[in-house]
Amino acid sequence: MRQVSIIGIGQTKVDEHWDKSFRDLGVDAVLAAIQDAGSPPVEALYLGNMLAGQLTGQEHTAALVADYAGYRGIEALRVEAACAAGSSAFRVGYMAVASGLIDVAVVVGVEKMTDMLGNEVTAALASAADADYEVMHGVSFVALNALLMRRYMYEHQVERAAFANFAINAHRNAMNNPNAMFHAPLTEAAFGKARMIADPVSLLDSAPICDGAAAAVICPTARAREFSAHPVHVRASAVATDSLALHDRKDLLFLQAGRLSAQKAYAQAGAGPEDMDLFELHDAFTIMSALSLEAAGFAPRGQGVRLAQEGEIFLGGRIPISTMGGLKGRGHPVGATGMYQIVELAQQLRGEAGKNQVDCRLGMAQNIGGSGGTIITHIFESAD
Amino acid sequence: MHIPRQWRTRDQRLSLMGEVCPKCGVKLFPPRDVCPECSGPAKEPFALSGRGAVYSYSTVYHAPEGYESYVPYTVALVRLEEGPMVTAQLTDVDKEQVAIGMPVEMVTRKIAEDGEDGAILYGYKFRPALEAGAAC
Repeated sequence: MRQVSIIGIGQTKVDEHWDKSFRDLGVDAVLAAIQDAGSPPVEALYLGNMLAGQLTGQEHTAALVADYAGYRGIEALRVEAACAAGSSAFRVGYMAVASGLIDVAVVVGVEKMTDMLGNEVTAALASAADADYEVMHGVSFVALNALLMRRYMYEHQVERAAFANFAINAHRNAMNNPNAMFHAPLTEAAFGKARMIADPVSLLDSAPICDGAAAAVICPTARAREFSAHPVHVRASAVATDSLALHDRKDLLFLQAGRLSAQKAYAQAGAGPEDMDLFELHDAFTIMSALSLEAAGFAPRGQGVRLAQEGEIFLGGRIPISTMGGLKGRGHPVGATGMYQIVELAQQLRGEAGKNQVDCRLGMAQNIGGSGGTIITHIFESAD
Repeated sequence: MHIPRQWRTRDQRLSLMGEVCPKCGVKLFPPRDVCPECSGPAKEPFALSGRGAVYSYSTVYHAPEGYESYVPYTVALVRLEEGPMVTAQLTDVDKEQVAIGMPVEMVTRKIAEDGEDGAILYGYKFRPALEAGAAC
């Protein structure tokens, strides 16, 4: 096994891109990352995407993007794991380079969501859940998170307002990220009054529907300095699974796949949660932030929400999260999200996060597919 | 839901037909043929009683395509008295009256229509238990 490093990153702004197609977004991010890496000889492209088949009527997307990016002929494969598609593609790229089969690979996450109507996108997103035994009953993806949030509030005796800082922090951090979708601050009062999508989950608990693509170029660490003055090293890459359906979980309020993948990642990195300087978690809904902090070992069970209430998740806090806006503020183009998390961690570890710069050496990203059926954890280290 | 899928799941949707593991005795719904506890084969049919209690719930205001005409409707996780948990809609109850722990029982109701020409999908929903002492 070889050590692997990121030698280039690229991203499009997350937005409603009426003038850009699925392939345009993918090509923009791929070419930006390759240029950032000094145009190394790319041998393979791995593409993370969840919904192109349903929302664009386009499968076979990896070959399409490779072709349009000017790389017709190379190895190109798509990887899918619902909302964890982005980091699942990174995982496959990592395995290809670490194994020695591939030297230079580009990994891209792409999602184009805004060509379809809201109810159609809602139905498409629900396909991350169990089609025969959850979705059949009219359960939206928001409703699954609402079932989690209601039970969490009941068992841990917390009010909805306790989750406000997850959304407020994300919006505040997005203000300084030019690639974020939202550049408007969020107040506690607005959070309290937000309209319900599936109660107790409101519009302001939820990440937006949007378009975007983010990419990274990776190569063996031994060659990283050939291409980059500031490579970022992959210290851990781990995937774990759980039941797709919430009703099949042994313990509804604990993300078992989050714990399993984080433990594997900590073992690979020889580090623990106390060593992480920042944590890009999967804040698709405020409840997911709380559950992710608990599963990854940053808070005891039922205490994840306290880290938000006490401000420990802010840029100056004990464990900054969503430092470039997270899914809530930067946006959540689902199959691209995992790659946005990784690209933003690389920005932080390269010291390129601008006003949101965290003093950091080690950072972790955790990308959640569905309501926790797939959870992928990566740990990165600054080379400086 | 397309007709072959409706047909395949008819015993589950209309009579909560699950399975029991012959080795460790755990009741399974939906059926999965492999016991998640002991990984052994679990293909013996077992019909669940349909009695249980609300474990969590949510009222949906923004529905997926195909369910828009039913909003607002309330979905729940129901813990059945034999152990398995199921996801289903609640019916015959005002959303304000739903609470965690509320005893419920299975009934058969219309779930969705597949356009003007498609088949109507029937299946289980849960209503407040009519008999006293049905909670688990």
